[in-house]
Amino acid sequence: MWSLTNISTGIHDWLIQTFNPTWALIIEMVIAGIAVIGLFAVLGLVLVLMERRVAAWMQIRLGPNRVGPFGLLQSAADTVKLLVKEGMTPDGADKFLFNLAPFIAMMVAMLLMVPIAFAKDFQLWDLNIGVLYVSAVSSIMVISILMAGWASNNKYSLMGAMRSGAQIVSYELSAGLSILTIVVLTGSLNINDIIIAQADGWWIFKGHIPVIISFVIFIIAVTAETNRAPFDLAEAESELTSGFHTEYSGMKFALFFLAEYINVFIVCAIGATLFLGGWMPFHIGNWESFNHVMDYIPSSIWFFGKTFFLIFVIMWFRWTFPRLRIDQLLNLEWRYLLPISMFNLLLATAIAILGWHF
Amino acid sequence: MFRETEIVKDVSSIPPFPQDAVQGGGGAGDLIINVGPQHPATHGVLHLVITLNGETIKKVEPHLGYIHRSIEKMCESLTYRQFIYVTSRMDYLSAHINNHACALCVEKGMQIEVPDRAQVIRVIMDELTRIASHELWWGAMAMDIGAFTPFFHAFREREKINEIMEETCGARLTMNYYVPGGLRADMHPDFQKKVKEFIVLFKRKIDEYDELVTGNIIFINRMKGVGMLSKEDAVSFGCSGPAARGSGVHCDIRKLYPYAVYDKVEFDEILETGCDSLARYMVRIREMKQSVRIIEQLIDHIPEGDFQAKTKAVLKLPKGEFYTRVETARGELGVYIVSEGATTPYRIKFRSPGFSNLSALDSMARGSKLGDLVAMMGTLDLVIPDIDR
Repeated sequence: MWSLTNISTGIHDWLIQTFNPTWALIIEMVIAGIAVIGLFAVLGLVLVLMERRVAAWMQIRLGPNRVGPFGLLQSAADTVKLLVKEGMTPDGADKFLFNLAPFIAMMVAMLLMVPIAFAKDFQLWDLNIGVLYVSAVSSIMVISILMAGWASNNKYSLMGAMRSGAQIVSYELSAGLSILTIVVLTGSLNINDIIIAQADGWWIFKGHIPVIISFVIFIIAVTAETNRAPFDLAEAESELTSGFHTEYSGMKFALFFLAEYINVFIVCAIGATLFLGGWMPFHIGNWESFNHVMDYIPSSIWFFGKTFFLIFVIMWFRWTFPRLRIDQLLNLEWRYLLPISMFNLLLATAIAILGWHF
Repeated sequence: MFRETEIVKDVSSIPPFPQDAVQGGGGAGDLIINVGPQHPATHGVLHLVITLNGETIKKVEPHLGYIHRSIEKMCESLTYRQFIYVTSRMDYLSAHINNHACALCVEKGMQIEVPDRAQVIRVIMDELTRIASHELWWGAMAMDIGAFTPFFHAFREREKINEIMEETCGARLTMNYYVPGGLRADMHPDFQKKVKEFIVLFKRKIDEYDELVTGNIIFINRMKGVGMLSKEDAVSFGCSGPAARGSGVHCDIRKLYPYAVYDKVEFDEILETGCDSLARYMVRIREMKQSVRIIEQLIDHIPEGDFQAKTKAVLKLPKGEFYTRVETARGELGVYIVSEGATTPYRIKFRSPGFSNLSALDSMARGSKLGDLVAMMGTLDLVIPDIDR
């Protein structure tokens, strides 16, 4: 009744009836592309506003509240400002790479939207290796940051880029290993299979301590991967002014900025999918009537609710913790998180083999 | 009376300026970065030339002068009543305390007896200023190491002090309240009530600060064992205030050379022996509690009487040299006046705490990471107009 599936199947049926199958497919692709770009823009605006309101709330301020009702149009006004601003390229910069870097950042963020299941049966592409695809594509992000830092021909940018290179490459390992825990338990890389496996309870409740450990490690690792505080060494305002995007202005800066927020959304969506059941409603074993009531809440609300909860947690980190130092950051990963998540993966494998999970 | 400086006539006799000092190590692979004068972490227009090897600092060279307003020279053309107010613009976070130092120096020269009422109100205002200054430092320090929220929490309480200041002397930042011989005006009728309200509030909030920042594991790891300033170094660089007391140097002017009513109140000189950034941080946090203690002892016992001594309309210091020192929020502020018996000073020299504290930065920072430099600057609590004057 509430499902987004009705809309998608409705459009599909209408296109199939009206056009021949090839054209229908092409038109569907165009619609999907526009939807991704639209979602990219809308999510960016919503998340930026949310960040500012959350920050204001934690800092006993009001936050943006002048433009539009409750400041809802603030992000839109900012976007217009950034669009009409001159996008400067420094003289000493490598012009081609300098201008290419923000587009790679944006492209990666858009590509990552492909396998995410936004609601029941509402997904751009049901990849059979969805989880692997996400970890693989998100690695490209570091290239755009390194490119931006190198091409800016600025010492601060270069240092920011180098820091972020070291950071993203290291933290991908523990993020990958904690994702593997769920893959081992489910036995599939397909995002839909992982969600369906959580029909009688989310992995975080079913999977005992190993899943909880890997959830915590996942949240730490993705916070670092998306360069958010307390791991925002690549930007590190008080040390490197703005790190890798010091020289960027106007829309080129905005693309980096948006890409960062979209990345936060995507990693939180992945976290919600793997550990908190994605669009799967909250079910408890065989409480039939309770489960029925939960089923009435639309799947898209479940998905966005969980995702935005995780986003809120990550924002909470940002406005509470001080920043780590670069050597402490790498120590944390290589000395603690990586060994723990390796051992944890073994434990999860044992649980999966012995069938100890619920 | 004046020590003549020997003027070097033969330039060739001066040894060449060491190239190492200019180039900063200058080894292969070194990266020289200009931090400032426009940089978010220097809190003003300080310019640091940093030589880096990767992330490791090899040398820090401060370049000063971007906010030099020649306050000392300006004072030479102002009368003894006027020059006090220029010093509010030196270390703008402890304006009252700067004024106090100047007023003390003039009073010492003129041998003016300051009424008890004025003395007590001065001390209360000084301690309020110290709390306000440390609050701003606490917020800015947390911001330097990447936590933004404490800044706003600190300003919430600082606002209450600013309100008290505004009521008392009409200004919120560059306060002018002290005159030679006492105070410009009596305290506001609400003064005692408001200060008491503030103390009740502040005592509750300072524990919140500890929960938010001091107890944080990331914060402790960032501060512990970083920016080591040994006791010997602290003395030889002339560090003073919390920066030196963090290294265990007994240097609180309020204890060593008590002025106003500091010898009549009970408070502890905070000494930490950690010698690192965390020690300097803890000194300031604990000092705020001591300031509250001083205010609590005095606020109910403000003696009745005049707020200002009877002085001549035109002040003329007798011929001679006069020196006084006070403890500002940053350390020892010395005021040195050379008088020729005229209505304006012949020469004034301020010994500002920030300048000496900054000189220790290079030896503290060598060998540590770039991120720690910002934390060290935070714990030195630099106010750039105080360094440049």
